Amino acid sequence: MLRIREVQLRIESLYHLDEMKTPIHLCIGQEAIAVGVCAALQKDDYIVSNHRSHGHYLAKGGDLKAMIAELHCKKTGCAKGYGGSMHLIDVSVGHLGSSSIVGGGVPIGTGLSLSIKMKEGKQVCAIFFGDGAADEGVLYESINFAMLKKLPAIYILENNQWSVCSHVSTRQAGENIFHQASQDLLVTSKIDGNDVLKVYEAACQAVKRARNGLGPSFIECKTYRILGHAGCRSQDPKGYRGQKEVESWEKQCPVTNFAELLRKESILAEDQYIGIKQKISSEIDDAFAFAMESPLPTEEDLHKHLFRE
Amino acid sequence: MPWSKIKPKHNEPNYHTDHELSGRRVTYTEAIREGLRQALSIDSNVFIMGQGVDDPSGMFGATQGLQEEFGGQRVFDTPLAETALTGVAVGAALGGMRPVYFHNRPDFLLLAMDQLVNHASKWHYMFGGAVPVPLVVWACIGRGWGSASQHSQALQGLFMHVPGLKLIMPSTCFDAKGLMLSAIKDNNPVIILEHRFNFSQKGMVPEEIYTVPIGKGAVRRYGKDVTIVAVSYLVFEAFKVALDLVSKGIEVEIIDPRTLRPLDEELILDSVSKTGRLVVVDTGWKTGGVTAEIAAMVAEKAFGFLKAPIARVACPDLPTPAAHALEEAFYIKKADIQKAVLETVHYTG
Repeated sequence: MLRIREVQLRIESLYHLDEMKTPIHLCIGQEAIAVGVCAALQKDDYIVSNHRSHGHYLAKGGDLKAMIAELHCKKTGCAKGYGGSMHLIDVSVGHLGSSSIVGGGVPIGTGLSLSIKMKEGKQVCAIFFGDGAADEGVLYESINFAMLKKLPAIYILENNQWSVCSHVSTRQAGENIFHQASQDLLVTSKIDGNDVLKVYEAACQAVKRARNGLGPSFIECKTYRILGHAGCRSQDPKGYRGQKEVESWEKQCPVTNFAELLRKESILAEDQYIGIKQKISSEIDDAFAFAMESPLPTEEDLHKHLFRE
Repeated sequence: MPWSKIKPKHNEPNYHTDHELSGRRVTYTEAIREGLRQALSIDSNVFIMGQGVDDPSGMFGATQGLQEEFGGQRVFDTPLAETALTGVAVGAALGGMRPVYFHNRPDFLLLAMDQLVNHASKWHYMFGGAVPVPLVVWACIGRGWGSASQHSQALQGLFMHVPGLKLIMPSTCFDAKGLMLSAIKDNNPVIILEHRFNFSQKGMVPEEIYTVPIGKGAVRRYGKDVTIVAVSYLVFEAFKVALDLVSKGIEVEIIDPRTLRPLDEELILDSVSKTGRLVVVDTGWKTGGVTAEIAAMVAEKAFGFLKAPIARVACPDLPTPAAHALEEAFYIKKADIQKAVLETVHYTG
């Protein structure tokens, strides 16, 4: 979590320099969801992500250098500079891609789950989407299909309450309809998405159910988008939400609260924490240096990759 | 309602062919079904889904019996959820499967446009070639029996616009099978648009597995005076026009592109450079459609060879009406093609 937070803070602090010429969607405040879920997964399990993609990618084990290079649209990026920040992928760790069409990755993850079942594999697929995607009809279609076929799919609703500048209460009539589902068809839960242990626990149950061939799960993680929809702090639009609301959620920070817990339980000593932070910081230095040194794609690359031979 | 069962009425005409006419004469339905059965037999990753694929009369019989033969895991009915199921096909393809997703009508593909255009067509390019998306989407254009505006649309113009999709429109039984096998073998998203009228023909089809290359058109008839590029069942109509015009001393060359994307531009340009006259015929709308694209391509690349303006024969820019008399007026006929050919041939500037 700390690593994801630190990576994002670095991106945020450098974004105004305009070296990263791609729209960024930071998940500061939401790190516990990616981490809690991916900690319950194996390397060969699949995930599908969305435009707010950084946390999922790193939590699943995606290569940091390739991610930062992709944010600089470099040839060495995880999508070779064709995707940018919203389209991270690392097939080697089961990350099969991120769609920036809200809800677009949901049926794709469902299809990956179908492929697992058809190949009689033991993997599962975790599908990350936000409350904006829960506005979309494709979620209903996808989960219905997953229930029908008892697919090893885990639907992770990251309810950060804001879709750009629209609050969930202006978009949804009430609680998500899937919480009404019969629990043998779809195990649903509604948890504190800022508590990494609760997320991990719910994800472990969902993974177990999926691996046993019992079907999909739906985990709604309540959280909050601390920064604006896109860009860095100075680019946040103002006036659509109250400062007090933001501050109250900053107090529920998943990273600092978990570090506090580890200290309290005497699992993490202060010098250890500082050591970890320094190690992360130098890893981020290296990743940015790698990205800056990497070549940009050239005109000759334009027509590559439209089709696979 | 004589929708799903079409009685084969005629044999394919004696088109020019580059391949030996081996095999036996089968219906269009049987040709597709044989291709599907062979694909299912040789590759365990191939599966077929779609609303009604397990229905004996579904898909004009093209998928008949396949569920019995290959089981409900590999040939299965789906919810009517075109958006999600197209995404499911994309995801299954990313997971190493080769889905073939059937629809009775292209009209329903409009519900799947997000997954086809925003996802299937882009996943390979957008991620720098990280993972391929081998999938086939099949749909059959309806016509007749008062099908009206939402059950008869020929939407190839829309799909032809999108980079990253391959688009096939066969016109013969041989190609229906060979292009189906090519589409399934291809590592990219491929759309096959059939036309209901194709199912009324029988043609020579080899029993063995073979493929017809995607992106290669066929000359159905050689002629020196005028080129007709015709799509899908209109190849048959154009061929009849060509036979009628022999008595008038006009030799028509007929090009069947077979694949609209990628388009065999070379074949069309070679023909036009010989004849200097071009008529483009399509089952879709005129504006911004297939005829517009082919005409523009030829005007761009072979302007110097043209002896007459390019003629386009396509449906008027209207939704399809239901009433028989209106349908008759809406759809293009042999006479429309003939008129365009004669105007082009007799053009003197």
